[in-house]
Amino acid sequence: MRTITFTHMLRETLAAELRRDPSVFLMGEDIGVYGGAFGVTRGLIDEFGPERVRDTPISEQAIAGIAIGAAVAGQRPVIEIMFMDFITLAVDQLVNMAAKLHPIYGLQCPLVIRTPPGGGRGYGATHSQSLERLFAGVPGIKIAAPSNALDASGLLQTAIRDNNPVLFLEHKLLYPHRFEVPDELPSPIPFGHAKIVRQGEDLTIVAWSHMAFAARQAAAKLAAEGIEAEVIDLLTLSPLDIGTIVESAQTTGRVLVLEEGPKTGGFSAEIAAQIMEQAHDYLEKPVRRLAGADFPVPSAKNLEAACLPSLHDILVNARELVS
Amino acid sequence: MDALKAYSLMLTIRFFEEAIERLFLEGRIMGTAHTCIGQEAVAVGVAAALEPRDAMTTTHRGHGHFLARGADAGRAMAELFGRETGYSRGRGGSQMMMDPAIGFYGANGITGGSIPFATGVALDAKIRGSGRLTVCFFGDGASNQGLFHESLNIAALWRLPVLYVAENNGYAMSTSTRRGVASAHIADRTAAYGMTGRSVDGNDFFAVRDAVAALAADIRSGKGPALLECLTYRLSGHSRGDPRVYRTREEEADAWKNDPLLRMEAHLKSDGLLSDAAIADARRDAQARIDAAVRFSEESPLPDPASLRNDLFA
Repeated sequence: MRTITFTHMLRETLAAELRRDPSVFLMGEDIGVYGGAFGVTRGLIDEFGPERVRDTPISEQAIAGIAIGAAVAGQRPVIEIMFMDFITLAVDQLVNMAAKLHPIYGLQCPLVIRTPPGGGRGYGATHSQSLERLFAGVPGIKIAAPSNALDASGLLQTAIRDNNPVLFLEHKLLYPHRFEVPDELPSPIPFGHAKIVRQGEDLTIVAWSHMAFAARQAAAKLAAEGIEAEVIDLLTLSPLDIGTIVESAQTTGRVLVLEEGPKTGGFSAEIAAQIMEQAHDYLEKPVRRLAGADFPVPSAKNLEAACLPSLHDILVNARELVS
Repeated sequence: MDALKAYSLMLTIRFFEEAIERLFLEGRIMGTAHTCIGQEAVAVGVAAALEPRDAMTTTHRGHGHFLARGADAGRAMAELFGRETGYSRGRGGSQMMMDPAIGFYGANGITGGSIPFATGVALDAKIRGSGRLTVCFFGDGASNQGLFHESLNIAALWRLPVLYVAENNGYAMSTSTRRGVASAHIADRTAAYGMTGRSVDGNDFFAVRDAVAALAADIRSGKGPALLECLTYRLSGHSRGDPRVYRTREEEADAWKNDPLLRMEAHLKSDGLLSDAAIADARRDAQARIDAAVRFSEESPLPDPASLRNDLFA
């Protein structure tokens, strides 16, 4: 066993994939010598060279579109969008080209889009968003959102080997966090299988990405109060493993869905709707969502904290749900 | 591709497009389509200068490019009829057809949407060292999209083997090039990217073919991407049902005198390659091909909605 940061695990995984398959290459802004804004690709250019770790101009739409064309022609590009907020510039190519290639044209588009969502660092409203909701309802795009280093490696491997466009979320608060992992890289983790990271009978907590990380911490604290929470880490939003969620809801009857992005129109609403449709008779209380404020993420520390769901908020909501 | 074959292809495209306009009016096909009547010399002139290994992307106005590249008129027509035998099994319609077997990567219906795609196919060619040229068709309107500029900048920086073909047909829907494009020519925009830009008479098959051949040779030899602006005129409206209130009937009548088909026929006649009788035969044969394509489409089965269920992901 060893201790490794989320960032380092991603880097090791990318290196392994670059070694394994010569058609895999990376593209993004400042990913070469600079090593990426969050250091994920640091040093990779030394082993793999500037053609496989390709710096680009600031051109998110073209980066996405060029990667799509290269993918359809037979390469396996992994592009980095520096902050998830910038993905809005690439939305047209991802939605109107990448997502349509297999269902409409019958062609494969093996593209991975890596990007860090999330606030908590005071970066401000255009460097802190969680925009997975923009893609969660677009048929044809898969979404993976690891909450720890081991899952990050397993999911990233699957993403790179998948022949579909995959949005891969690396929450920026997770990057420096150290995790205990085995010495070897894990095997690829299949998409569409949510993980019950902690069993419990009193309530179900559903989350992804950094909120799943926070949920684990919350569950430990709740246990000390005698509340046994079942924590489900989605791992992937698309495909969504609603079966595992429903089964848990049928057991606990009380569900708390966590989401960092603004509450209105978020993916937690989709999950709540599906639970309502499939487990209604088992629910003791309506599905509860804990999400961010319906306001752009402010920069000042106290303002930002007030707009993002905290560990304290999870505990309060969980206690109310089981009362 | 010899001149007679090129002429035959131009006729095929013309009659295909005319058939579509008729079929819409008759209510026999639904949805929308954007015909390229008057622009056949661009499509066939470019195709004539390419090799089988080359790749091509197009725009919403892409039937001509697709047919010139070697598409089967029956399968293309069937796609417009929404049949299972269509290139996209009825799912894509006019604007969303691809056929990698002939290196054709179509369009997606977003103006300029394929410009970065073509640039990416060229990147793949560069990575493989395959010598494959990618031709990227787009119009005057698309040259105003941000991704046009982003893509040309990157193609020039990375010296990608792509030929951007700006089909300047005078109009972006109802907006004339005069009112839409700030530079006098789209080819002028290449200076900003350190890229070769040329303009050519897009209604002259031979001029287009020769210009493409020269630029293609340069691109294949590693000189980097280039842009060829083909000056033509969109004789049809933007899409079906366009009342064309933004231009005069006099302007159109003038443009019809410059019809690339008439110019091709005149050229071939003066070269002694075609007689009037041969022209009539060629036209009749092309019309027969299109009629057969329509029959094939009408006899093809409708796609089954159940087939959609498991096809979202590869």
